[in-house]
Amino acid sequence: MTRRIRIAMFVPALAVLGGLLAWSLVAIPKFGDYRGPYGYVLNRVVVPERHMSNVVTSVVFDYRGFDTMGEEFILFIAVTGIVLLLRKQERDDAGELGDEIGSPGVRIAGTLAVGVSVLVALWLIAFGFVTPGGGFQGGAALASSVLLVFLVASWRSWSGLANDKVLDPLEGIGAGGYVVVGLVALVDGLPFLTNLLGPGKTGTLVSGGSATFVNWCAGIEVAAALLVLFSEFLEEYIVPLARGGGTT
Amino acid sequence: MSVAPYLVAGWICVIGIYGIVTSRNLIHLALCLTVTQSSTYILLLAIGYVKGGGPPIFKGVKLGTTAVDPVVQSLTLTDIVVSVTVLALILALALNVHKEADTINPDEIGELSG
Repeated sequence: MTRRIRIAMFVPALAVLGGLLAWSLVAIPKFGDYRGPYGYVLNRVVVPERHMSNVVTSVVFDYRGFDTMGEEFILFIAVTGIVLLLRKQERDDAGELGDEIGSPGVRIAGTLAVGVSVLVALWLIAFGFVTPGGGFQGGAALASSVLLVFLVASWRSWSGLANDKVLDPLEGIGAGGYVVVGLVALVDGLPFLTNLLGPGKTGTLVSGGSATFVNWCAGIEVAAALLVLFSEFLEEYIVPLARGGGTT
Repeated sequence: MSVAPYLVAGWICVIGIYGIVTSRNLIHLALCLTVTQSSTYILLLAIGYVKGGGPPIFKGVKLGTTAVDPVVQSLTLTDIVVSVTVLALILALALNVHKEADTINPDEIGELSG
């Protein structure tokens, strides 16, 4: 299909879409005029019923925990696909790269920053049911703070931390652990993913009940998935550089 | 401007689709797809907004305080993380196309071959 045909097909489609969008604007409630019952109901009942003060996380890992399991498996399958496409059979050695950061200031301040950001990430996951945060946000922050090792040290330090021997099991634990927590409820004769240990004590690390485990599994899964992704793409970039004897 | 957020969502959706249709580069195409996807986040958050509402987090806030809809927020936050990995999958496919066809211009790739 040539470019011209594609654009010729796009113009009428755009006109139809534009018409539909304009039509929808006529009847949509005004911005701020929220009608749906779910928001009002959840904001009232979550704290008394589930003892979680972060209603968003309670929706993600408790009320809609089954749906989030599906989302987690999309993540898992996407990362599996990336590994299938990019991972080589024999791992190339990029040891001759010579990309160690020379400045001691950058190395020391950077290493401290890694520690601080890992701590912030773990805090985001741990207090997900209390204050803003949760497994998804904390997992993304955790992966980014590990990536900082590559920026402030070297490829060798990074690949020592984030390689398939470490990450593949963690990804499996994250995805599988979520399902296991759900299945434990079945053993007890209750519906899948029922919050068994809940409600916990509001404002504490265990205020999520058994959803606390689900939250941690999601955090591990997201962090491992993003790290696999970073390491596969970085390897794709670094290994040819090392073969060419170049430096970053 | 009570419809402004919806107009923004509609505009971002359309401009992303325009980018996809006219793209000459698979990486650009993948990013345009992400732009289109982002319009759904704006739409969801706009629908869930309650006038004068605070965040749906009741740590140190009296129960019953007006807050925005938490459901749309939870949908958006999980999707942001998932969309990053799906984008990465598309980029990995683009890398493979470049290895096979030696181009990432969708018009020059020609017929799909197994």
